[in-house]
Amino acid sequence: MATLELRGIRKSFGDVHVLHGIDLQVAEGEFIVIVGASGCGKSTLLRIVAGLETATEGRVLIGGVDVTRLEPKDRDIAMVFQNYALYPHMSVFDNMAYGLRIRGLPRAEIEQRVRRTAEMLGLGELLRRKPRELSGGQRQRVAMGRAIVREPKLFLFDEPLSNLDAKLRVQMRAEIKRLQRRLGVTSLYVTHDQVEAMTLGDRLVVMNGGRAEQVATPMEVWREPANMYVAGFIGAPAMNFLHGRLCSEGNAVDLRAGCAIALAAPPAGVKDAEVTVGIRPEHVRIVGNGTVGAIPLKVDLVEPLGAESLIHGILPSGEGLTVRASDCSPFAGTTLPVVLPAEHLHLFGEDGRRLRLAHARSATARVRAGA
Amino acid sequence: MHGPVATTKGEAIARAEEAAERADALRQRADWLTHAILILGVALFALPIWIVLMGSTHDVATISRGEVPLLPGPYAIENYVAAWTEGSARTTRVPVSAMMLNSFVMAILIAVGKIAISILSAYAVVFFSFPGRMLAFWAIFITLMLPVEVRIFPTFKVVSDLGMINTYAGLIVPLIASATATLLFRQFFLTIPDELVEAAKIDGAGPMRFFQDVVVPLSVTNMAALFVILFVYGWNQYLWPLLITTTGDVETIVIGIVRMIGSEADTDWHLVMATTVLALLPPVAVVILMQRWFVKGLVETEK
Repeated sequence: MATLELRGIRKSFGDVHVLHGIDLQVAEGEFIVIVGASGCGKSTLLRIVAGLETATEGRVLIGGVDVTRLEPKDRDIAMVFQNYALYPHMSVFDNMAYGLRIRGLPRAEIEQRVRRTAEMLGLGELLRRKPRELSGGQRQRVAMGRAIVREPKLFLFDEPLSNLDAKLRVQMRAEIKRLQRRLGVTSLYVTHDQVEAMTLGDRLVVMNGGRAEQVATPMEVWREPANMYVAGFIGAPAMNFLHGRLCSEGNAVDLRAGCAIALAAPPAGVKDAEVTVGIRPEHVRIVGNGTVGAIPLKVDLVEPLGAESLIHGILPSGEGLTVRASDCSPFAGTTLPVVLPAEHLHLFGEDGRRLRLAHARSATARVRAGA
Repeated sequence: MHGPVATTKGEAIARAEEAAERADALRQRADWLTHAILILGVALFALPIWIVLMGSTHDVATISRGEVPLLPGPYAIENYVAAWTEGSARTTRVPVSAMMLNSFVMAILIAVGKIAISILSAYAVVFFSFPGRMLAFWAIFITLMLPVEVRIFPTFKVVSDLGMINTYAGLIVPLIASATATLLFRQFFLTIPDELVEAAKIDGAGPMRFFQDVVVPLSVTNMAALFVILFVYGWNQYLWPLLITTTGDVETIVIGIVRMIGSEADTDWHLVMATTVLALLPPVAVVILMQRWFVKGLVETEK
């Protein structure tokens, strides 16, 4: 168990700059998920922490010790790879024991540690099998076991669930979370799947184009995304973005779609400016015909999900809007009146950054009171 | 719509049955044809070997008369004992047993040496980045274009200057470096996923540890397949041993057979044939013994 600190990590491959200065402080036992689309540099960052890649600039500290120039084996870390990277010719036992043997642990202790870890992961019966005789989920467990048995200071996970089928992925996700809680080892987990990120992480690092766009708890990221990228990336289906204009007093926003919404709390220091209004599909309300302030949504496509439906439609301004509704399943071609509740709006300035609301707290308070 | 359209259901069924019968007949004819071609092919390859095998069981007179015996004769044991212990005394003084031993030593050492050298050079070229890596790779690659036959005179000069004529070393060393085997191992190593290398690094395995614990065990089937190919290659070497062996000490079986065939009248054809059969046995034995590994090594893709 140890802390991890990244200071100004930059990485370039020739002229291609992959990471533009990443700073991160990870507390002992914390589970950090690095999430981003492919090519955002998240795997490179993980590999720099592992020592498989060297940073062009910046420092990596594990447990307060500068390990920037150390080899992977001297960093006391363990890594779980996307394709598991099990040694195909070794049995499950040998796969787990290999790192311990190289470290010269006594045979009896290796035996004991491997058995204990295998029991914990439900691999006790499989110790003599070869990786090719295992199912995907079992291989995944062996890869986890190989990391756990080492009792490292840091766990690194590189998209460990993306080769599993959907059902198994959900199951293993919960298992990883439980294991990490139980062992309390500081962990860094890379994924492109925002659901995995939300469910697993104590904190998320949302990355885009080699930068950390936001570092916060999952709920913070969801409730108050720092910018449009984060807002669009976290949450499924993605947040709707609409054009709007803040009025000269700054306390109301005129939507291009044809309605004005009085804001619960005006953004600090911004007036009379073009803004982007974001609203999550689950927050759009479908109202009765003739409701004051409602916008007509022309339904284009309905995707039933069982408990709820996704309604894709077009606003009078030509902008698309997705609504997630649990009790409404209209036919395509009909028109639905919808209302965008002021307390659920996210405002983004022209640079894409979130506009801080002057009384953010009171706004949330009012929402709670209203609900 | 193409073709006639069935008007009633019964008609359609009748037509389908007819088509099925025609297809069956066609399939049967195709089976016959396939077998005929295969049998012809087998006969073409097997007949010379059969003639040799039968020839080795007759006495010298039968063959000298120009007969081609297709049935076994009564002299099998005598002929083989004579070949094994004495050889064809008139033309070469070395018994087949000694020549077989020479061939065996040469083939084994060539195969093992080639595998050892090429697996190490492929390991270096694939897993390490060092200055001149691509140069090294291309240098190895280019030697593919220079087989022994092409560089035979300079090689002979070097070997004779080093005093290695009529020695095992002279026979074997010049044949050991192998671009083909190096390229084969390189292609195989390139299929080892990077993650495996990285997992080993994190587990703390150094380069030699990784080679010994991961690369070599994974290459076993490839090595076996190569061993079979290279053993046969070494066993069948003709031109180089012909140049480098001037006395009987290190003479190989292939050269021995050639030396046995003197002039038409002088040749002990029954012994030549017996020797040929004996010369066939070790490569056949290697192929049969290692067949399972050999096929696995050539077809295995799963890792």
